[in-house]
Amino acid sequence: MTFKTKLLATTAAALIATGGAVWADGHATHPVTGETLASEQSFSYSILDDFPSIDPQFVEDVEGSSVARDLFEGLMVESASGEALPGVAESFEVSEDGLTYTFTLRENAVWSNGDPVVAGDFVYGLQRAADPANASPYSWYIEVMGVENAGAVIAGEMPVEDLGVSAPDDRTVVYTIDAPRPYFPQMLTFPTTFPANRAAVEAGGDNYTDPGNFVSNGAYVLSEYVPGEKLVRVRNESYWNNDATIIDEVTALIINDSNQALTRYLAGEIDLVMDVPAGQFPRLSAEYPGEALSFPSSCSYYYLINHTDSGNPALQDPNVRAALSLAVDRGVIVDNILAGGQKEAYTFTHWAVSGWQTPDIDIASMSQEERNAKAQELMAAAGYGTDGEPLTVEILYNTSDSHRSIAVAIGQMWKQTLGVETELANQEWATYLDTRGEQNYQVARAGWCADYNEPSTYLDLFTSGSSYNDGKFVNEEIDALMAEAKTAEDAMPLYMEVERIASEETAIIPIYHYASVRMKDENLANWPTENFLQNWYSKDLYITAGE
Amino acid sequence: MFSFIVKRLAIAVPTLLILVIFSFVLMFAAPGGPFDSERPLPPEVMANVLERYGLDQPYWKQMFDYVKNVVLHFDFGPSFQYRDRTVNDVIAQGFPVTLTYGAWSALVAVIVGVSLGVAAAIRQNTWLDYFAVGITIGAQALPNFVMAPILVLIFTLWLGWLPGGGWNGGQWDHVIMPVIALSTSYMASIARITRSSMLEVMNSNFIRTALAKGLPMRRVIWRHALKPAMLPVISYLGPAMVGMITGSVVVDVAFSTGGIGQFFVNSAFNRDYAVIMGITILVGALTILFNLLVDILYAWIDPKIRY
Repeated sequence: MTFKTKLLATTAAALIATGGAVWADGHATHPVTGETLASEQSFSYSILDDFPSIDPQFVEDVEGSSVARDLFEGLMVESASGEALPGVAESFEVSEDGLTYTFTLRENAVWSNGDPVVAGDFVYGLQRAADPANASPYSWYIEVMGVENAGAVIAGEMPVEDLGVSAPDDRTVVYTIDAPRPYFPQMLTFPTTFPANRAAVEAGGDNYTDPGNFVSNGAYVLSEYVPGEKLVRVRNESYWNNDATIIDEVTALIINDSNQALTRYLAGEIDLVMDVPAGQFPRLSAEYPGEALSFPSSCSYYYLINHTDSGNPALQDPNVRAALSLAVDRGVIVDNILAGGQKEAYTFTHWAVSGWQTPDIDIASMSQEERNAKAQELMAAAGYGTDGEPLTVEILYNTSDSHRSIAVAIGQMWKQTLGVETELANQEWATYLDTRGEQNYQVARAGWCADYNEPSTYLDLFTSGSSYNDGKFVNEEIDALMAEAKTAEDAMPLYMEVERIASEETAIIPIYHYASVRMKDENLANWPTENFLQNWYSKDLYITAGE
Repeated sequence: MFSFIVKRLAIAVPTLLILVIFSFVLMFAAPGGPFDSERPLPPEVMANVLERYGLDQPYWKQMFDYVKNVVLHFDFGPSFQYRDRTVNDVIAQGFPVTLTYGAWSALVAVIVGVSLGVAAAIRQNTWLDYFAVGITIGAQALPNFVMAPILVLIFTLWLGWLPGGGWNGGQWDHVIMPVIALSTSYMASIARITRSSMLEVMNSNFIRTALAKGLPMRRVIWRHALKPAMLPVISYLGPAMVGMITGSVVVDVAFSTGGIGQFFVNSAFNRDYAVIMGITILVGALTILFNLLVDILYAWIDPKIRY
């Protein structure tokens, strides 16, 4: 038996039927909200770093993904709140065992050069990302998706044709995956899975991503790219749902200094600043209410503990680890140092992950006084600290003002509460990663961001087999629970249990859950503040005429 | 003279080669690699990436292949950080930008600096001298990473006269602030060098002779004093010119020009070996070229120098 899912057909139909701007009294108005629209529908936003790539199959950063999502459209797109909606797909079916997904493409999807978008374009796109000859740094995503034979194809042990994706006809794409994954359709909103126009790729060669050569199927086409300065995309007239697009032109400005970006925003040169300097949020939200925004972003900030013999021997004692974690006053870090709407973290998984309920654990419900008292008790029991053996812990972090401020604050807290001395070791990024990866540290600052909106994107790091487990924390119970969660009907209780164990053992010291602070012109409307992965589509935005 | 130039150019080749070897050794000695991240790549993916960029080869072979490609095809290789671009692309895009604002900065620095220096020297110990010295000390004390944001604050945020950044194909209003920020400290150095050198020349016997035979002051300065007084300025200008036209990371970052300075610094942090090498060679070649030009100018100005 198979069941057919018609994807939120009502919403989609409503949007298509109403079309883009509606004209009334000589002013364009928004088809749904009725707001008066500005006559010029374009905006610019600032980003910190240039794009490592804008080619969907090779995109590896957040900002590059935003560009790829504007230029290309996958089988699925995300709604403002992050649910998967139909993109190029019209509908899909899942086989009963959950291992085969069959997508039917809409008939009217075309490339910017006029070619129809066919199933083979999706097959080619995924094969292109997996092909070892192309060496895509994001090919691992296909393994995370569980596409059949992904690992072997990437390792060069099987030809790309053996990848678990096929096109029985021009309008049907079939994916075969190795285990049921309820969030599989969601993963198809990610650029690695986007289609590619083979003729354009082959004709473009090394210059495929240049404006003019870069044939795309999304709501926008690339019109100008000056590396290190700006990237401009304009409305794609051949996009199947072009009538619903309101914004005509989007410019990404590359500004390496967040303070400069803020100044230019205040001068009216930019409509949206993606990275506001740390600590500025309270001032900005007081001076510019409605423009300074903070919303959860999918990363967690934590201190890694080196559990191996090369670490600090005192940290092998769970009491010492627990005491160090308890003595960190997260409130001070979140409210006084960062002050951007971040939230205190006592567990690893970000609080805003869909369907996630943070488990009740002692440390989270105590007051800081209680935590400090408990920390002193544990430290005394371990025989270290004020009345015991002196203890010095080294904190490794990569060069950055906010990492340093946090490390200094935590050092101070440990000293005051526990009598533990700290040494700060500051290394530039690549050196720091090397040191961390080789376990040449005692405690190290770390951050982790979600790849998809599900707790295992974080919790896999606690498993002994994870290559991202830089603390080399090992717990058999967690390994078993995570293995069980892979096929469980409802994995949430298992995930909660994993968090409980990790907290009990103090596998890491969770510190805070990230928030993004942005400055946004009030007339730039419909920004998806609810989207946990911070995915946004220019086609869903519009600019109101304002006062 | 001709044989001198040929000889100097011939020495440039081994000099650049030593520069390449030295940079390679330093790069390989630095911990970390271009594809390290907080999320390490799975081994099979890393293997593909390393193979694509030839990083799986022994060091000597990487270096040999690199030099071979540069010499035979003038190909500086692909950028590791920017997948869609080669090092040739990065330089072709960024260098004209830095060359533009760098050349303007050099022009401004020389004209303003020399004028201030000469004026201060011939009106020594007057208000004009104090004014010029005051300005130069102020300009040198104010680093450009402080000046750039102040310029933006004044001309963009308060007055709204100039755009706060971007390049826009080198449109004049985008060039003004980068030029001011970059040229000021060079201008100050040139003014100070000119002033002291001019003072020395003005006190020398041949100037006294010229004045004694009744030549007007203006003619003495233009025809006789300025040329010898320029010698120390020119020797300063050689490396200064290279510094200006190969850009400044401060200017690039503060004004988002897309110039080559920011790529140079970012490539070092990202271990983008190919871009580091490409720009190092560019800077090295320009340094050699400008030092040669300085030596040629020297011979032209100072008849005592013969090569």
